[in-house]
Amino acid sequence: MSENVLKVENVTMQFGGVVAVDNLNLEVNRGEIVALIGPNGAGKTTAFNVITGVYQPTNGAVWFRGEKIVENHPQGKMRQQYKGEHAGEYTQVLAPTPDKVTQLGMARTFQNIRLWKSQTVFDNVLIAKHCRTSSNVFTATFRLNRKEEARQRENVLELLETVGLADVKDELATSLPYGKQRRLEIARALAAEPQLLLLDEPAAGMNPQETEELTAFISEIRDRFQLTVFLIEHHMNLVMNISERIYVLDFGRLIAQGDPAAIQNDKRVIEAYLGVSEDA
Amino acid sequence: MKKTISKSTWMTLLCTAALLVLVVLLENVLDPNKNIMVFTALKKGAVYALVAVSMNLLNGFTGLFSLGQAGFMLLGAYTYAILTIPVSQRDAVYYIYNGSAVNFSLPELLGGGAFGLVLGVVLALILGGCAAAAVAWLIGLPVLRLKSDYLAIATLGFGEIIRAVFQWDKLGPVTNGANALKNFPTFSSFNIQNAGGETVLRLSTFTAFLLAGICIAVIVLLINSTYGRSFKAIRDDEVAAEAMGINLSKHKRLAFVISSFFAGVGGGMFAMFANQAQAKTFTTAMTYEILLIVVIGGIGSVSGSCIAAFLYVAASEWWLRFLDAETFVGGFKVPLLRNGFRMVVFSVVIMIVVLFFRRGIMGDKELPDLFKKRRKEKAK
Repeated sequence: MSENVLKVENVTMQFGGVVAVDNLNLEVNRGEIVALIGPNGAGKTTAFNVITGVYQPTNGAVWFRGEKIVENHPQGKMRQQYKGEHAGEYTQVLAPTPDKVTQLGMARTFQNIRLWKSQTVFDNVLIAKHCRTSSNVFTATFRLNRKEEARQRENVLELLETVGLADVKDELATSLPYGKQRRLEIARALAAEPQLLLLDEPAAGMNPQETEELTAFISEIRDRFQLTVFLIEHHMNLVMNISERIYVLDFGRLIAQGDPAAIQNDKRVIEAYLGVSEDA
Repeated sequence: MKKTISKSTWMTLLCTAALLVLVVLLENVLDPNKNIMVFTALKKGAVYALVAVSMNLLNGFTGLFSLGQAGFMLLGAYTYAILTIPVSQRDAVYYIYNGSAVNFSLPELLGGGAFGLVLGVVLALILGGCAAAAVAWLIGLPVLRLKSDYLAIATLGFGEIIRAVFQWDKLGPVTNGANALKNFPTFSSFNIQNAGGETVLRLSTFTAFLLAGICIAVIVLLINSTYGRSFKAIRDDEVAAEAMGINLSKHKRLAFVISSFFAGVGGGMFAMFANQAQAKTFTTAMTYEILLIVVIGGIGSVSGSCIAAFLYVAASEWWLRFLDAETFVGGFKVPLLRNGFRMVVFSVVIMIVVLFFRRGIMGDKELPDLFKKRRKEKAK
């Protein structure tokens, strides 16, 4: 049951002299919802960017479904500057571009919404299907892929109905209210047919009610699409409600991991992140 | 849903067919010798429409600001000319270099006559496009890593280099050096003549329209396909596009190569329009003309580019001609009217247009969109 979907192994990301992610190790198993939390600037989004291929880690490896997809070791000037651990353990260089990672079955959303602004809701989702088309540019131009195209359009319509955006499918993506734009971004990620969904602060800027809806929505799509979800979030209600396990980052280092109850009572987490409350 | 799509497709096809018929009628009713300007504007307009749409595919739909269009047109024009000059004419054209290094002509190879002419010309145009596309693929490897202004400068440099290379003396036997290539089939070759050499049916403008129309139709099909949609995604947000599995370098190169292909075809057609191909006509100024058309028509609008191409060509070549001639009203000489004044007025007109249509004539809408909106309003 607990098959490993994502495994981050000794990943260090160093920008010049700044170590943004320091020797990060984490695992996400099939069907789980796992959260990555931490104070501002702890390196959560950097970790996401390393996993999805936006950044190449300075050292370490990332495994996806039992396959090593990212690996790197300090090179050039970084060899002297490197401050992390496990130097010399990794020798290969594997650096897929983000689109390759997505094609492998990992899709993400962004902290600041990045929808395609001039496109309609429907087209936003349909474009994400592009990475699953088998037609080449000639068959697509001369409409020899009509069947595939029709099937994709049907799928997109279905998907929009599931996420509750079917009624606004012909509107411009940017004309939607904020909560729905977030939802659309998740729908777009789902259209790429991922096994692992990475959500970067999906509830950022949402009010408590919207957050509650989103919480239900994430569990719902996890069950419906048999997903594994890995998310970054600041809203503790959401994190504590839906995640099965939580990883806590502080200054790039993993300081705790465990189920929500354990994290809530972890002394180091309270110190570093949940804050030393005034009345404690 | 499906019905409305096929209906609008039918409407588009019908309108295009009607336009083509109109062009044929116009050409055969009006005397081309008395209305030279009309047909010059129509032919050049058709050629510029194609090149502008091809540039729009890159600049407007993929968001790559490239200024190499004239360079690719030059490649297309030369390929077309070199492949179609009749063998009997080669010595006359290449008289400085004692004959041409290429001693065949596609229309003749394909059997000559009307059939050979049509097939040869089409094939030569396609090969011209392929030559431009191949070069685009090569220079795309390093150049497409650049963004915005830097890409523009790099492609601009390419255009200049290619123009210099084609004028190089050592290539004379192929390119005829700095001299013009001529005597190849032009649009007028498609006029149908009877045995006595009299023109029975004029089809020259029709040919220009048909060729440009087919190419533009293919570009529109591409834009509305899954690849066109991902081009637009790259334009809107590169990071998101890449995160959603769109291979940036592959798709950018694809857009660049396809755009250059049609620029090459457009270049071949420009040679047909101008009756000659000479490197010095494909200057940076030509790229700017096309860029101007794209901007005036609306960045990201195919129909905008087409409309703007005809308006631009008609205004610069035809409607403002009277400004260049000294005119007397009775005994009074109208001031300012003299050779060159046309371009002054023309520039002012363009400035006014850009001031009032900030996003071009069409913005990023297409012609059918305008009708759709009206229908919606009526329904309300």
